Amino acid sequence: MTLFTPYASLAGGALIGLAASLLLIGQGRIAGISGIASNALLGKPGDRGWRAAFLLGLVLAGSASLIFAPAAVGHSPRRLALIAVAGLLVGIGTRLGSGCTSGHGVCGVSRLSPRSLVATLTFLLTGALTVTLVRSLGGGA
Amino acid sequence: MSRSTQQWLTAFASGLLFGAGLLLGGMTDPRKVIGFLDVAGAWDPSLAFVMLGAVVVHFIAYRWARGSASPLFADEFAIPKLRHIDAKLVGGSAVFGVGWGLAGYCPGPGIVSLGAGSRDALVFVITMLIGMLLSVKYEARQSRASTGAQPARA
Repeated sequence: MTLFTPYASLAGGALIGLAASLLLIGQGRIAGISGIASNALLGKPGDRGWRAAFLLGLVLAGSASLIFAPAAVGHSPRRLALIAVAGLLVGIGTRLGSGCTSGHGVCGVSRLSPRSLVATLTFLLTGALTVTLVRSLGGGA
Repeated sequence: MSRSTQQWLTAFASGLLFGAGLLLGGMTDPRKVIGFLDVAGAWDPSLAFVMLGAVVVHFIAYRWARGSASPLFADEFAIPKLRHIDAKLVGGSAVFGVGWGLAGYCPGPGIVSLGAGSRDALVFVITMLIGMLLSVKYEARQSRASTGAQPARA
């Protein structure tokens, strides 16, 4: 079992909310990471620059964590083949569903968008069902 | 400073801050994500606090921002206006949730963990991009089929 960290998680959430607000106030965009990632690579060429800059910020935050918070990035308890399947499903699902935890779960829920509320409840439900199923089948390690 | 430079700097700062929030909040630890989704097992509700913190801050900022005519460095707000709920939205979100629960990564934490040199995250991000590519190809084929247009030849 992992430790319950309500204060760090609340503070981390507030930073995420600030980051999404900066993007909205600065350039009127939604901080939906699945959309930013897919359009940075597969979208219209003229619109890729700011998306690439956002992704670079994410990557460098991860690199900086090696110095400032080396325990923050963990490993998945699943074997690599299962992680690969998970990646495919996340890629396909977020395109079809027009968003992920950031675009729907944070930005959309904050706007009280009915689509995002439905999407968020849906992926929380299937995520919880998947974890329960994998655990009952032996953990997938 | 040109407008595109302003936009790039804003986006870079936002990405950096977003990544810091994911790291501090515990989202880059797949075990913690799986613990959060394991409501019937050893449940760790921490990540609900990530969502709470993010939504409260952004709820206020969104209302404040929409009071202004335009963003600082762009002509207009690009906010999704769709309101209908369809099978594509629900089905896609359901598939995403399965993938999220399977490995404990969603897109943001996957990309941040990649920057920390995680092999798991590297596999996740590469296959996620392949999934997105397959989905884009499929959507293009669907829209060609519905309009009856021929595919463009290079």
